[in-house]
Amino acid sequence: MSIGKKVLLYMALTVSGLVMVFPILYAFLISFMQGGEVLQGSLWPESFSLANYFSAFERVPLLTYLWNSLVVSVLIMVGQLVLCSLAAFAFVFIEFKGREWIFYLFISTMMIPWEATMVPNFQTVQSLGWLNSYAGLTIPFFAMAFGTFLLRQQFKTIPKELYEASQIAGISKLRFFTGVVLPVAKTTITTLAIYSFLTAWNMYLWPLLVTNNEANRTVQIGLKQMQTQEIASDWGVVMAGVVMVILPTLILLFAGQKRLQEGLTQGALK
Amino acid sequence: MRKVELKGLTKSYDGKQDVLKAIDVTIEPGEFFVLVGPSGCGKSTMLRMIAGLESITAGELALDGKRANALSPSDRDLSMVFQNYALYPHLTVEQNITFGLHVKKISKKEQKARCEEVCAMLGLTDYMKRKPKELSGGQRQRVALARAVVTQAPLCLMDEPLSNLDAKLRAKMRSEIRQLQRKLGITMIYVTHDQTEAMTMADRMMILSGGDVQQIGRPLDVYNNPANTFVASFIGSPPMNLIEAEISDSVLVADGHWMTPITADMKAKLQTDKVTLGVRPEHISLAKDSEPGFLVQVANVEVLGTETLVTFDFGEDTQWIAKWNGQSDIQPGAQIRIAVDDHHLALYSTETGERIYCQASEQAAEKKVSS
Repeated sequence: MSIGKKVLLYMALTVSGLVMVFPILYAFLISFMQGGEVLQGSLWPESFSLANYFSAFERVPLLTYLWNSLVVSVLIMVGQLVLCSLAAFAFVFIEFKGREWIFYLFISTMMIPWEATMVPNFQTVQSLGWLNSYAGLTIPFFAMAFGTFLLRQQFKTIPKELYEASQIAGISKLRFFTGVVLPVAKTTITTLAIYSFLTAWNMYLWPLLVTNNEANRTVQIGLKQMQTQEIASDWGVVMAGVVMVILPTLILLFAGQKRLQEGLTQGALK
Repeated sequence: MRKVELKGLTKSYDGKQDVLKAIDVTIEPGEFFVLVGPSGCGKSTMLRMIAGLESITAGELALDGKRANALSPSDRDLSMVFQNYALYPHLTVEQNITFGLHVKKISKKEQKARCEEVCAMLGLTDYMKRKPKELSGGQRQRVALARAVVTQAPLCLMDEPLSNLDAKLRAKMRSEIRQLQRKLGITMIYVTHDQTEAMTMADRMMILSGGDVQQIGRPLDVYNNPANTFVASFIGSPPMNLIEAEISDSVLVADGHWMTPITADMKAKLQTDKVTLGVRPEHISLAKDSEPGFLVQVANVEVLGTETLVTFDFGEDTQWIAKWNGQSDIQPGAQIRIAVDDHHLALYSTETGERIYCQASEQAAEKKVSS
């Protein structure tokens, strides 16, 4: 590629990159703006003050919300990883009657929109007395068809001979699972972990349904609260809250970027 | 050392068709036993049934005289080497070799000592800290062997362990595995589709085809005395030449005009006058001037240095191969006179393919009687 072409290509990439990142960047800038600056349509804050951040923490219990979100997301992530990997292991390495059939039944639940099962799920959680608790926020999400599917496909690439060799050596199924399958499928498991953490972090509707006190609400509801509380819409404060909320997501994405890429592209070659 | 007995061992996946049909064989302690046959003949299935990785549909498997049909693989006290080596990709060579030893209640110290010993035996000492992907094919093969040896199991099963190696390395590993087996004195059951491996390694071999045992015997007995046309054409490289022939009076006529006299002894065994004649390539030679010969047209010549393979047209749509020592300068398309050594003829039933008469075996029998 000639230099000219390269310059053009990078310019195009930079411009589209800026377009893509603009909403987040603008939110970040707004979070520093005072009073009517947003409404005047200015792009750059007159001065960078942290006042909005302080008032964000004052108006809603943002720290509690952040903590709740963290706990809920980690619990869901761990729960999904444990259940999905065990289910996928059974679907790949343990022979039982109707295995394929059950698997497809399992997968077919992906076609049912989550919102359709929301009411029965809510009733179940309610009758278990799990409203306003971490259990109610997390347990309904532990079983995930997509995660099972993803890990099953990955486990299927592990040669059957590895399993047979450990059978001959007398290694137990559990030890084979923890000692061979999990380490070999490390990248896919990391990808799934990041994916489920982010999904749980961004959850809105379910926490809104099953929680009604400040002690248990998650951060996404906090944001909405902030927005509705301010009738005059103090956008600077709301955006300060938004920046606080997307920060963990961004950190996770940057930290796990390499793994995530590996996970998404593996299997493409060889 | 272990004795392995198979009594009417049968395998069927769908309950209708048997992939293995009532196999009967006893593998003696310390024996190197080779299962050989074309792909899909059931040899790997049989090995996996012995290992306990496949269930037994009917019949009995006995290890050291004890019924083992329902034993789990780990209770059968055996080791196995897989075609693709089945090395754990995330573990080092050392970890691969010792992985699973803890199950047998072997102390860490003993594990390390054993690992070092087998690594030294197989020349892996310098690679103990490497991962499988950093090793060459031959080295991976050795790690797989080391993993089998380190368990000190009295019975070792190998499923086409050399088929992923190049020809040169294969020849080397062939000899190494054989030496290792002798040194350790273990019973070995070895599956291959390569008749050269079977011939060169086996104490005894079993030729399988379509789930049926074709022949069991020592390599040379099988070579000199194939039980049927399948074995004749499978064992030996190049294979035995076969052609349909007719008997008239006391001569055997093939292709309408090539003929050779048959003895009274031979004739006594023949019930029909249509047979399949078999001749090994090394029993065909260029006819000397004084000898009766048969004129054929050469289709192809392969000079291998120490020997020459000559393919020639024999009959309408049959090609035969002759093999003789040295380097021959025959050109394709040439007419040559060949002579067939009539002391080494084999006759098979054209219908069933079963052996009717084999001169080599008759001679061997005579020798035994006279001595």
